[in-house]
Amino acid sequence: MYEFDYKRPGTIDEAAGLLNDDTVLLAGGQTLIPTLKQRLAQPEALVDLSAIESLRGVCPDGDQLAIGAMTTHAEVANKATIPVLASLASGIGDAQVRNRGTIGGSIANNDPAADYPAAVVGLNAVVSTDRRTIAADDFFTDLFETALEEGEIITNVTFPKPEAAAYIKFDNPASRYAIVGVMVAKTSSGIRVAVTGAGPCVFRQTEMETALSGSFTTQALENISVSADGLNSDIHASAEYRANLIKVLAKRAVAQING
Amino acid sequence: MTTETGIGASVRRKEDKRFIIGKGRYLDDITKPGQTYGYFIRSPYAHAKINSIDTSEALKAPGIVDILTGPDMEADGIGPIICGWGITSKDGTPHKAPAHPALAVSHVKYVGHQVALVVAETLQQARDAAELVEIDYEELPHVIEVGDALASDAPQIHDDIPGNLSFDWEIGDRAAAEQAIASAHHVTRMDLRNNRLIPNAMEPRAALGEYDAGTDEITLYTTSQNPHVHRLVLSAFNAVAPEHKLRVIAPDVGGGFGSKIFIYSEETVCAWATKKLDRPIKWTADRSESFLSDAHGRDHETHAEMAFDADGKILGFKVSTKANVGCYLSTFASAVPTYLYGTLLNGQYTMPAIYCEVQAGFTNTAPVDAYRGAGRPEATYVVERMIEIGAREMGIDPGEIRKRNFIPPDAYPYETPVIMAYDSGNYALAMDKAQAAIDYSGFEARKAESAQRGKLRGIGYSAFIEACGIAPSAAVGSLGAGVGLWESAQVRFNPTGSVTVFTGSHSHGQGHETTFAQIVSDQLGVPIDQVEISHGDTGKVPFGMGTYGSRSLAVGGSAIMKAIDKVVEKSKKIAAHTLEASVEDIEHSGGVFSVAGTDKKMTMAEIAFSAYVPHNYPADVEPGMDETAFYDPLNFTFPAGTHIAEVEIDPETGTTEILDWVAVDDFGNVINPMIVEGQVHGGLAQGIGQALLENCVYDKESGQLLTGSYMDYCMPRADDLPTFRVETINTPCTTNPLGVKGCGEAGAISAPAALMNAITNALGKEIDMPATPEKVWRAAQGL
Ligand SMILES: Cc1cc2nc3c(=O)[nH]c(=O)nc-3n(C[C@H](O)[C@H](O)[C@H](O)COP(=O)(O)OP(=O)(O)OC[C@H]3O[C@@H](n4cnc5c(N)ncnc54)[C@H](O)[C@@H]3O)c2cc1C
Repeated sequence: MYEFDYKRPGTIDEAAGLLNDDTVLLAGGQTLIPTLKQRLAQPEALVDLSAIESLRGVCPDGDQLAIGAMTTHAEVANKATIPVLASLASGIGDAQVRNRGTIGGSIANNDPAADYPAAVVGLNAVVSTDRRTIAADDFFTDLFETALEEGEIITNVTFPKPEAAAYIKFDNPASRYAIVGVMVAKTSSGIRVAVTGAGPCVFRQTEMETALSGSFTTQALENISVSADGLNSDIHASAEYRANLIKVLAKRAVAQING
Repeated sequence: MTTETGIGASVRRKEDKRFIIGKGRYLDDITKPGQTYGYFIRSPYAHAKINSIDTSEALKAPGIVDILTGPDMEADGIGPIICGWGITSKDGTPHKAPAHPALAVSHVKYVGHQVALVVAETLQQARDAAELVEIDYEELPHVIEVGDALASDAPQIHDDIPGNLSFDWEIGDRAAAEQAIASAHHVTRMDLRNNRLIPNAMEPRAALGEYDAGTDEITLYTTSQNPHVHRLVLSAFNAVAPEHKLRVIAPDVGGGFGSKIFIYSEETVCAWATKKLDRPIKWTADRSESFLSDAHGRDHETHAEMAFDADGKILGFKVSTKANVGCYLSTFASAVPTYLYGTLLNGQYTMPAIYCEVQAGFTNTAPVDAYRGAGRPEATYVVERMIEIGAREMGIDPGEIRKRNFIPPDAYPYETPVIMAYDSGNYALAMDKAQAAIDYSGFEARKAESAQRGKLRGIGYSAFIEACGIAPSAAVGSLGAGVGLWESAQVRFNPTGSVTVFTGSHSHGQGHETTFAQIVSDQLGVPIDQVEISHGDTGKVPFGMGTYGSRSLAVGGSAIMKAIDKVVEKSKKIAAHTLEASVEDIEHSGGVFSVAGTDKKMTMAEIAFSAYVPHNYPADVEPGMDETAFYDPLNFTFPAGTHIAEVEIDPETGTTEILDWVAVDDFGNVINPMIVEGQVHGGLAQGIGQALLENCVYDKESGQLLTGSYMDYCMPRADDLPTFRVETINTPCTTNPLGVKGCGEAGAISAPAALMNAITNALGKEIDMPATPEKVWRAAQGL
């Protein structure tokens, strides 16, 4: 690590006032701290969001569930009233990571293999910031890239409760991030199929959505051939294998929903 | 004698209390007054020439103490890192080993290669200063895979070693093996890859050098499996200090698995630099450094041919292996793919003819040396995959083909064609028990049930053998070892009857403090809590060759037995004198010395006390009770057994689930069954890790280590493993006083073959390790 200043503001406004080109927000630190330890970043100051009470908590609100940006994966796993979200959060990393890592940090980071992006897109959530709200489909833009502007702070993520949903993750055996994770959901805005791990960032598999809208059965997916074009290829899995997993996991998610 | 704590009892580990309550004292827990911290600048390139190193800016950095480089070491006459085992090639020439300066002098040969040591008041300051060191590298072509390195157009790694070939070694009878293959009923031919592994001890390597200008003594604390070997080599070859002015302490060490046997650059540099700078210097590897610079394991490319008659009897076996030794020859790197490998290719079978040749090639990768099993997992993998595939090709049951070939229990001692003399064993018994435990005859029904669920079920054997209790000095000397492989022990009674045992074995997880105490307690009737085992300090222990090759109990424990014999002999004299009897009439049993045919007796505690209060001793009885013994084994020991693995594969994803694992091992006599079971579990976890998960990958293009963290290098975790079912059979070893064979490596040696046999049985197709989900999926889908 290089030396840096540490600030712990008490309000969102105060935090926003501290952000500039040389400062970085600190949430759970599960991505940021390892980066600093490897000396891959040299911020002047960290702005720790942990003292801002309003950023934390799981709040059911009618047909919606609002989750504060600083809510840890463990809290979501224990308290989320949307079962698929609780089970997704309980499958992130290990106990230490779940007790520190936050939903805001995860989606701001937009790791291609992270789990939450599949939930945000699959359940058609809305991301709120200190400036505006951003629809799920607009939030994740590319590898480690989001719609967030310079100095914009995520405040919460609001999930509409789905009619039914399932998330199936194929773990990277080493890191336990997703090699591929597929969220299939029946939502008020239709069937959504969101895929994480396979591409530069989460994406919707629209062909499957259309097929499942016609018939919500595993058979409906049988004839869809998932192309490997543009999918990730690394020492753990080729694009071709990831393409296979997308289909297998989507079918399993549908089977799980159908009981 | 003391049955609850004696030989054969599952005594809870004495050492665990301090580890569980956080009082273990590992190297990084030690800090000296005036402590400085060392940070190694390492090569970012796989192969490069160093044009210049400019430290001028860095030497102005805050907190800097000094920056030391290879030329500084050379100027101080510090010798290069050595390889301790000489191998002779087929043509009679000695192996070729490049000079290996502890800090690079003119070239770097792998990513992670140590270039300079930056010493500062804090580690952060050392790292900051390191970034100011300007090194001008000129990149050179590199080669990663051994097959590529030995090809005619390969980049040359060392100027003085043409073709990157260290040695081309052979063992056995080539003509006989080829003749058997030419005339056989059936020949199984296979190319097999033994994947490269990174050891990953929980505690990373570390070193702390401390110089005392008053006594001119250097104390080196280091994570070593063999502190005396460190002292010997650092003194005799590296000339860091004369042996009597160098003390090496290996405190609590958090796992080694072989990787902490070797004498590495970092501790050599710290031991030298502490005197040069007259400051204590500590270096602790971070995990990334461990990945880059710990000696790696395995990495063989093998072609094998096994010849059978019509009944499946093995007629001949021919093995050609290319072994990747990395960029330099590490301490025992030359012995691992030769005498610890070729000599085990006989397996548990009667094989009339065996021939093995091994070409060891240099590559631009970290040095490769012994890793849990060291050569024997590689041998077992070749033997046990070949016989299994032979059985499949010939339509013979894989258990049955092994039984037809087992050396029968009445054939011992059994001389193999590859120079080993097995002393004892009962291979069919182990297999029968394993087959019964796993319900082998019920397998087909279970397979059918899996098939109904769309799953592929497979079963696989490994009937392994290993040579442990390393090793008779005369034998290893004749094969090229630069050292003797005996062990020493000192059994010291205190006047109040408690005992301190000094052993040259080193425990870094094995439980010696318990097992060795059980031996003393059992033999001399001393309560186990009054027996202290001291190890890991050349200032305390007379001498020692350390712990590796499952040798601690068979060799170190036997040395303790020899010292106990001396204690008994002396005690008899004292008892005879005190009880006014003749020595011949004194009988000893479990610490009680009695006069035959009378009720006159003395306990060990009484004798020990009298030995230190010798108020009426005659001139020929020496006071004190403190006996030292050295034990040189007569032979290797030969643990063996049968493991059977049962797996289920999901053909849609390629995921392998291990459903069941039976291990029936013959470790000879067992001192502590609980510790033995734990050792088997740990070994199996590592063996399963190799077969299923672990794989060291360098990028061929850039030479960078791609699996340089746990994000990419996959260690086995508890939920990857089944509930192991472990049994032992006990045919005592005939060549050591305890009748023990050693158990530390068995699991790692046996597991890969059993698991790959099970997986390929399920798939009906061959794949190489590790059986990753993608590879298994491709095979299952016929891609
Ligand atoms: C061993 C390990 C295993 C893991 N396994 C998984 C896994 O299986 N699945 C998975 O999905 N993830 C996994 N993770 C990632 C982890 O779950 C965290 O979600 C992730 O590291 C980021 O969250 P954080 O709260 O720690 O953010 P930090 O590391 O603190 O921050 C990450 C980035 O987000 C920015 N940021 C943080 N909060 C905000 C905000 N409110 N507004 C704007 N920007 C913000 C920071 O400035 C920084 O750039 C793993 C991590 C580790 C270390």
